[in-house]
Amino acid sequence: MTDRPGEAKGLHTIEMTVPSRLGVEKVIMAVASRAAFSMGFDEARVEGIKTAVSEACINAVEHGNQGDETLSLKVSMTLDPDAMEILAADEGRGGRPENTAPDIDRKMRGEETPRGLGLFLIKQFVDEVDFVQGADEGNAIRMVFRLKPS
Amino acid sequence: MGAPETQVRIDRKDGVSLIRYEGDITSFSEEAVLGSFRELKPEEHARILLDFSGVEYINSSGIALIITLLMEGGKQGQAIHCFGLSDHFRRVFEMVGLMRYTTLHPSEEEGIAGLNA
Repeated sequence: MTDRPGEAKGLHTIEMTVPSRLGVEKVIMAVASRAAFSMGFDEARVEGIKTAVSEACINAVEHGNQGDETLSLKVSMTLDPDAMEILAADEGRGGRPENTAPDIDRKMRGEETPRGLGLFLIKQFVDEVDFVQGADEGNAIRMVFRLKPS
Repeated sequence: MGAPETQVRIDRKDGVSLIRYEGDITSFSEEAVLGSFRELKPEEHARILLDFSGVEYINSSGIALIITLLMEGGKQGQAIHCFGLSDHFRRVFEMVGLMRYTTLHPSEEEGIAGLNA
């Protein structure tokens, strides 16, 4: 990875295993931000990537690993010339986050929890997203960010 | 990691109460965001301007706190506007639909003027 935008030409993979606790997503965000910048994503896209990565990590910690801090969160980022793929895997037996669009009117009336926005936000900033089986027992969310969105 | 990372300061200008946030707004910010707001008596703080100019990071849990604040303020008849959001978080607020429940101003002065109009 380089410090200058658009200079990550070859294929790179960055792998991180971090403790499963809230707050750790900021470390992952910082790495993703630097990687995206080096690939040539503009500032607005980098901000979107940061939000998507952060929410994926929070989901893994809260839903997948169910707040168990003895578990880990594994993140891999594969950078190729055209796209960055990020996989965030939990180790838990927890479920996946709800895949429903938030209804702000219901939230404001107190008819649904004000939370539950994570997956919705992820979808706003990715070019592809799906859930896959993690390497161990858990789930993984796979996100793809293309330099030139299709 | 995990420590409260939101600083809050309350100011008053031209009859408007300003709640100024600095740092991150996340699930660790409940006391900072909702605690500080709930200390403001609605009859004395009918017009509130949220200052996000010192905020670096808001995640979905932080947005949930802002939704709760707006919901409680709305029930109490308080007018709550905002300024200082970055372009990215303005976009996020729009995506979530929050702009239907608050008004975003380009500056503190315009926010105060908007609330006093």
